[in-house]
Amino acid sequence: MKRESFEALQRRPRLVVVGNGMAGVRAVEHLLELSPDLYDITVFGAEPHPNYNRILLSPVLAGEQTLADIVLNDADWYAANGITLHLGKKIVRIDRARRVVEAADGTRAEYDRLLLATGSNPVMLPVSGVNLDGVLAYRDIHDTERMIAAAAKGRRAVVIGGGLLGLEAANGLRARGMDVTVVHLMPWLMERQLDRTAADLLKQALEARGLAFRLEAQTESILGGDDGRVRAVRLRAPRPADPGDMHGGRVPLLDSAGEELPADLVVMAIGIRPNTALAESAGLHCHRGIVVNDTLQTFDPRIYAVGECVNHRGVAYGLVAPLFEMAKVCANHLAQAGIARYAGSFVSTKLKVTGIDVFSVGEFAGGADTEEIVLSDPGAGVYRKLVLRDDRLVGGVLYGDTADGAWYLKLLRDGANVAEMRDRLMFGETNVGDTGHLGKSNVAAMADDLEVCGCNGVCKGAIVKAVKDKGLFTLDAVRKHTKASSSCGSCTGLVEQILINVLGADYSAAPKQKALCGCTDRTHQEVRDAIRDRQLISIAAVREFLEWRTPDGCATCRPALNYYLISAWPRETQDDPQSRFINERSHANIQKDGTYSVVPRMWGGETNAAELRRIADVVDKYRIPTVKVTGGQRIDLLGVKKEDLRSVWRDLDMPSGHAYAKALRTVKTCVGSEWCRFGTQDSTQMGKDLERALWRMYAPHKVKLAVSGCPRNCAEAGIKDVGVIGVESGWELYVAGNGGIKTEVAQFLVKVKTAAEVLEHAGAFLQLYREEGWYLERTVHFVHRVGMDYVRKRVLEDAAGRRALWERLQFALEGEPDPWRELAKAAVDERQFEAIGV
Amino acid sequence: MSHWTDVCALDDIPRLGARRVRRMDGAEIAVFRTADDRVFAVLDRCPHKGGPLSQGIVFGAKVACPLHNWTIDLDSGCAAAPDEGCVRRFAVRVDGGRVMLDATTPLAAAPTGTTVTA
Repeated sequence: MKRESFEALQRRPRLVVVGNGMAGVRAVEHLLELSPDLYDITVFGAEPHPNYNRILLSPVLAGEQTLADIVLNDADWYAANGITLHLGKKIVRIDRARRVVEAADGTRAEYDRLLLATGSNPVMLPVSGVNLDGVLAYRDIHDTERMIAAAAKGRRAVVIGGGLLGLEAANGLRARGMDVTVVHLMPWLMERQLDRTAADLLKQALEARGLAFRLEAQTESILGGDDGRVRAVRLRAPRPADPGDMHGGRVPLLDSAGEELPADLVVMAIGIRPNTALAESAGLHCHRGIVVNDTLQTFDPRIYAVGECVNHRGVAYGLVAPLFEMAKVCANHLAQAGIARYAGSFVSTKLKVTGIDVFSVGEFAGGADTEEIVLSDPGAGVYRKLVLRDDRLVGGVLYGDTADGAWYLKLLRDGANVAEMRDRLMFGETNVGDTGHLGKSNVAAMADDLEVCGCNGVCKGAIVKAVKDKGLFTLDAVRKHTKASSSCGSCTGLVEQILINVLGADYSAAPKQKALCGCTDRTHQEVRDAIRDRQLISIAAVREFLEWRTPDGCATCRPALNYYLISAWPRETQDDPQSRFINERSHANIQKDGTYSVVPRMWGGETNAAELRRIADVVDKYRIPTVKVTGGQRIDLLGVKKEDLRSVWRDLDMPSGHAYAKALRTVKTCVGSEWCRFGTQDSTQMGKDLERALWRMYAPHKVKLAVSGCPRNCAEAGIKDVGVIGVESGWELYVAGNGGIKTEVAQFLVKVKTAAEVLEHAGAFLQLYREEGWYLERTVHFVHRVGMDYVRKRVLEDAAGRRALWERLQFALEGEPDPWRELAKAAVDERQFEAIGV
Repeated sequence: MSHWTDVCALDDIPRLGARRVRRMDGAEIAVFRTADDRVFAVLDRCPHKGGPLSQGIVFGAKVACPLHNWTIDLDSGCAAAPDEGCVRRFAVRVDGGRVMLDATTPLAAAPTGTTVTA
């Protein structure tokens, strides 16, 4: 015994997981990522199978996939990660005092931390005959196998329950050749996900496939034959209508009154109930699920619980996405990383019946304080309803074409203001990815060999394969494994759609609040708020206050933090060059061969003979291989060696063009009234004034301006972050345009009379973006997020606020050095330009 | 046999940064300094597309390649999963504030046994 206690001091803590399903194993996977060697892990599974993808049982039933296709973690995975796996062993007892669990066969395991992931049980109707041979629930692979076997022998099936699971079961059995009748208590199918219109369309489509329905029908009993097998389902006769109902009330459905539906197989799919028997027997507090807090701990803090067995803030979830979010938070705590919290989930649903597309999310039914936008074309089998409250999407139902489901889900999750796009909202995100993927926006219609990610050359088939083979559920995981959408991100919508199409909508959407990076669970907004409210003025202080998990952060968070600090505390915080991307450290743009490009500033795109001569001399002297005119009306010198950068800058004797920085790039101009016979305003001078006022301005992302002297708009001001168009009576300002990955036309902000007003309004808008934009968020995304109304309120309606913004920008820029000509003041580390010789 | 060369003072390398060391023959070597003053030396070529690792952002004992953001572990020389590939490593140490580098022979291939390029 003495020896044991000595070992107890030496050994690693033990984690025992009860339940080998998707939630429990996902928590273990996250734990292994965070802290692979922390625990000795033991997993108990009541089923004799490895962890499989329960949400793909319906395709297995329908004969589209096999069990082998849907296994997520095979035995080798457990072995490779040093996990002890007990299959087919159901835990029947937890001794909390001795911290030991015991299985039905007597197998015991001691724990220091226990994770309960016992899932849920199907609800069986309390009617006579439920125990007859041939009456099944639809819950696990065993049920599925029995249904497949029954379908091979029998002819007629009755599915009780017209919800998601019941319809998938009915469809699967029909696909296996049975005559199927669905009995449903409510007036329409899937009433928890669909409104009546969508449900009626769904019913028609399923009827066309040969399914029969009895709606508003209640099962009275299940009848058996002499052989002890099920023979039929008897429906209850409708209750005698009360006198009030006799006049214009509901007409009783006489055709189902007392009807007997012959059946060789009865599948019960009326709902699930959290499996809390084990937890309750151990004295853990349960109430419609094992009650857990935001860190997924039960009332015994050593015992965690995740998945369908859990009641979190009064909600028990039955879809996979919330379970995964719980697993992630739980793993974070088990790893002692400790600041993640689970705050509940948005759920969306998609019916996994091949060829019938139904999508539902949020408050699809609407209410007194909501508005609805409806598109209905029953002939074409298309129905779409979106529910809005206060200009935000709060729910929706899509029938027929669900390709935009992912986009709506995102709008809903982000709480995005949709006032600006109300008129187009119904038609979906038609321009998801309009460059680099043949303008395709609907993945269902895409062939497998069609390229989805133009940056990394990833085809649809490769993504589908990775999702299936590697069991991926999230956009992030797909990015990591395939690289799709990991570069410019324009195909994100397409990749997300592919995920949804492969997985059904149970796929795990990124949590609403996305962490800044893997070093923290804080969002961009939380970090910005903390820096401002807590007056944090160094990266170290931010990391300490917000409990960063890594000592130095990473290549994602450091540049963001550095920008947030310099934009929140100009002239107070110390810029940290080592936290900047190489381009902003060397003040030139790194090229694929490790050389750099140099773009000198030409105010408003204007130059002269002296500058051009110096440029030509520099090109000769430093043997610069390529000279290119840029789209921003400047000259790009490509292929400059790093050792030559300082001399090139000196010999050019022109200001930095910041073509390498998340900063003001160019102000593109047309010729304007000075020369042009159509010009109404001096756009070149306006552009020069704007550029001189705004240059050296760092921002969340690059910033481009343009000024045109008349509405012909030769400077293409409509696709710039700030576009200015001169008209006879003054200047029109447009903001948040974008000419890159996704072409976005700038939105009209205001018309003003004078150049001074142009400067003040443009400057105020950009300062708002600098102070409140998230790092790497272009103005177009910033304005989408906060809404154009908010921008108008801050920049137009609040005149004093506008002036204050403009003054803060000028304060920030005053004395800001030109890094090419004031290297010391700009804290350029000049050691980087010299290689050490040996 | 080792050929230790005194390349520079430790303080000639910025913390969380790197310097390039040019050789008479062979590609440049990147010498890194971490926040806690450890030093690492690897060939200045990312196993992915040959990007100059010396120009990347350094965090912990890792560097993010400036071209496509692969993360290379400086201790093993290998890319973080799911990317695959390793860069050659060289022996380097700090002796009395001086950085000593053996630029002649790379260390044995990284322990994971994945492909070593460049």
